[in-house]
Amino acid sequence: MKLLIKNGHMVDPANKIDGIADILVENGKIAKVGKDINTAAETVIDASGKIVIPGIVDMHVHLREPGREDKETVASGTKAAAKGGVTSVLAMPNTLPSLDSQDIIRTLRDIINKTANIDVFICGAITIGREGKALTNAAMLKKEGITALSDDGSSVDSDELMLKALKAAKKENLLVICHSEDKALAAKGVVNMGFTSTRLGLRGISKESEYERIARDIKLAEEAGAAAHIAHVSTLEGVEIIRKARKKGFKVTAETAPHYFSLSDEDLLDYNTNMKVNPPLRTKDDVLAIKEGLKDGTIDIIASDHAPHTESEKEIEFERAEFGSIGLETELSVVITELAGTGLLTWNDIVKKISLNPAKALNIDKGTLGQGKDADITIISPDKEWVVKKSDLVSKSRNSAFLGRKLKGVVEYTLCKGKVVYKA
Amino acid sequence: MTKKKTTKWAHKDLLGLEELSREDIELILDTAVSFREILDRKIKKVPALRGKTVVNLFYEPSTRTRVSFEVAAKRLSADVINIAVESSSVRKGETLNDTGKNIEALKADIIILRHNCSGAATMLARNVNISVINAGDGWHEHPTQALLDMFTLRQKTGKLEGLNVSIVGDIAHSRVARSNIWGLTKFGANVTVCAPRILIPPGIEKMGVRVTDDIDEALKESDAVNVLRMQFERDDSKAFPSQLEYFKNFGITEERIEKARKGIIVMHPGPINRGVEISSGIADGENSVILEQVTNGIAVRMAVLFWVSQAKDKDIKNEITY
Repeated sequence: MKLLIKNGHMVDPANKIDGIADILVENGKIAKVGKDINTAAETVIDASGKIVIPGIVDMHVHLREPGREDKETVASGTKAAAKGGVTSVLAMPNTLPSLDSQDIIRTLRDIINKTANIDVFICGAITIGREGKALTNAAMLKKEGITALSDDGSSVDSDELMLKALKAAKKENLLVICHSEDKALAAKGVVNMGFTSTRLGLRGISKESEYERIARDIKLAEEAGAAAHIAHVSTLEGVEIIRKARKKGFKVTAETAPHYFSLSDEDLLDYNTNMKVNPPLRTKDDVLAIKEGLKDGTIDIIASDHAPHTESEKEIEFERAEFGSIGLETELSVVITELAGTGLLTWNDIVKKISLNPAKALNIDKGTLGQGKDADITIISPDKEWVVKKSDLVSKSRNSAFLGRKLKGVVEYTLCKGKVVYKA
Repeated sequence: MTKKKTTKWAHKDLLGLEELSREDIELILDTAVSFREILDRKIKKVPALRGKTVVNLFYEPSTRTRVSFEVAAKRLSADVINIAVESSSVRKGETLNDTGKNIEALKADIIILRHNCSGAATMLARNVNISVINAGDGWHEHPTQALLDMFTLRQKTGKLEGLNVSIVGDIAHSRVARSNIWGLTKFGANVTVCAPRILIPPGIEKMGVRVTDDIDEALKESDAVNVLRMQFERDDSKAFPSQLEYFKNFGITEERIEKARKGIIVMHPGPINRGVEISSGIADGENSVILEQVTNGIAVRMAVLFWVSQAKDKDIKNEITY
C-alpha cells in the first residue's frame, strides 16, 4: 500500500527541510522524501500550494474516558484531534477514576486500541486519586505503558511529596508535567484578578498563584535532577521565571495554550463561560509576554489543554460553570492566525513547538518526517479562512472559547501511520 | 410626560449602567420626574403597562427592592407575579435559563431578576427574548439602585456634573458601588471611594474614581456621601476589620458630619445597620435623604419598566452568529 504526497511545501525541522518536496508513504512509514518522486502509488495527494508538516503532537488533552463519556470519549476526542491535524495526544489522568493504577490504565489502553482514530499516549497520575497525599507506583505504571506523570488539574501542594515524586519519575525516566497552581492563593477565583475581576464583580485569581508555584516546581525539579514540564503558562512572571531557569542551564520545558496568546481577560466582559479557563485569561501585557516567550524559545511547546464540558456545565452562571475550553479543532488555526500570520514565528519554529518539541519532551518517536518514521502527516491550506461554528465541531462538547471567530489555516488531510484519518 | 425628541431607548434589557449612555440615563431620570409626581396624587395609577405581566424572580432574599419593583409595576397597571427561589443548593433543580424560558412561555413580558451570581442577568438576557431587568447580580451591578441615587442627588442639587460624591464601605463586594460609579462618572461627577484597603477591589481607579482610606479626608469636599451597608457575616470576611473597629474608623457619625461640608447629603441603599456603618442620629437627621430615596426608587423603577417595555429592538439585540 503506497501513498504519494506531491509538490507540498514540507517543513520538517528535525531534518532541516523547509521547501517543496514529495513524500512517499509505504506500509504506514515514510519510505522516501525528495524532489520529483514518481513511484506509482495507490493514492496520490496533490499538495501544491499546501504546507506539509509532521502530525501535531498535543501533549495536553482531556479525553475524559473513562468516567465522563458524556463530555468526550477516546473516539470523539481523537476524531476532533484528526480534524485539527493532531496525530498524537497525551491523555491527561483526571478521569473517573483517575489514571493512578495499572488496572485503570489497562482499561484505558483497551479502549484506545478499540476506538482511537490517532495515537494516544497516556499520562499517569502522580498521586493516588490526584489527591496529593500518596504517590502512585511510577515503575508499575510505566510497565503499563504510561508516557508521563501529572496530577493535572491539581498541584501536589506538599514540597516533600513533590520532591519524592520527581525523584521517582527520574528513576523511571518519565517526564513530570506540573500543573503549577497554588489553590490556596487562587482562593476560589474564577477570572484573572485585576480590573476585569473588579468590573465583572467576580472573585479574582492572582498571578502569584501560578508563578510562585512554577518557581517552586522548577526548584524541586532541579534538586531532583528530574525532567519537568510546566503546563499552560499564562503569566508574564511565569515566563520570566522559566527564562531564568533555562539561562542557568536547567532543561525545563514549558507549554502554553492557544488561548493564552490570542485572548485576554478583556474578552470575557459578557460573561462568556467558554472563556472561563484555568489558569484564567490574563491581561494584554501577559499575552504579549507569552508571545515573547514563544519567540525567544522560553516556551518551547504549544498544547491545546482541550477540556470538554457539557452544555449543562457551561451554560449556567459564570462562577458555577466548569473551567475549560475545547481546543483540538482550533489550535493549529489559532497558531497560524496569531503567530504565523503576524510573522512572530516561522513555519519552522511552529512545527518545532507543535510537533517536534513535544515529541522530544515525551521521549516518543514522533514529530519528524524522516525516512522510516511513522507517516504522521498534516497537510494544511495556510491562507484559507474559516469561522468557528458550533455545528461544525466534531468534539462531543462544544465549549470553544473561539466560537464565532474567524481563523486562518485549514487542515486538508491528516494521516496517522499512513492512514488518512481526516480529509476536509 | 416630558419625552426627549432626540433620544430613543434601544435596550431590550437593563443589565447595568456600564453599557448605558449618558443620554439613556437622562431619559430614565427625566421620565422618573413625571412618575414621581404621580406618587403624590390621590389616585396613584397610570395605565402605561396595562395588560403586561411583570415577574419578580428573586434568588436572594430582598424585601425592599422586590416591594419597590412590585409597587412600581402596579402603579403602571401591570400584573405582577413574585417568585422567590431557594438557591442555597447550587446546581440542584432547574437552571436559571430553564426557569427564564418557562416564564417566557407563560407569556410574561418582563423578568426582574435578583441573583447572587455576578452576570446572572446578562446570561438570562442572552437566553430569553423577553426583557430582563437586573435587580442586583452578585457584586456586579444594581442599576436601579444607582439610578434612584442619581435621581435623588439631581433632585437635591439640581445637577450631577461636577458633584463630589463619596461612596463609603465595602466597595469590593458592592454592586451598588459599581453601578453608582459607572453612572455618576458618565455625568462628570467626581467620585471618591473610601474603605479599608482590604475592601478596595484591584484596578478600581480605572473606573475613574479616586481611592482613599481616610474618611474625614473623603468627606471634607463631598457634596454627598453614599453609605454602604456593611456585611460582617460574609463567608470570606476573615480579613475584614471588626465591627467596632470599622465604626470607629469609617462610621458616619455626628462628629464626622460636623466637620464635613455644610449640607452634605447622606444616602444609604438600605437596610441600614444603626451603629455599624451609620449612627442613628445621622440616619434620622436633617442631612439624611434615606427615606426619600425609597420613594424615589418607585418612580425610577416605573421609568425603567416603562422604557424597557417600549423597547423596539428585541430582534436586533443578541443576535449570535454561531
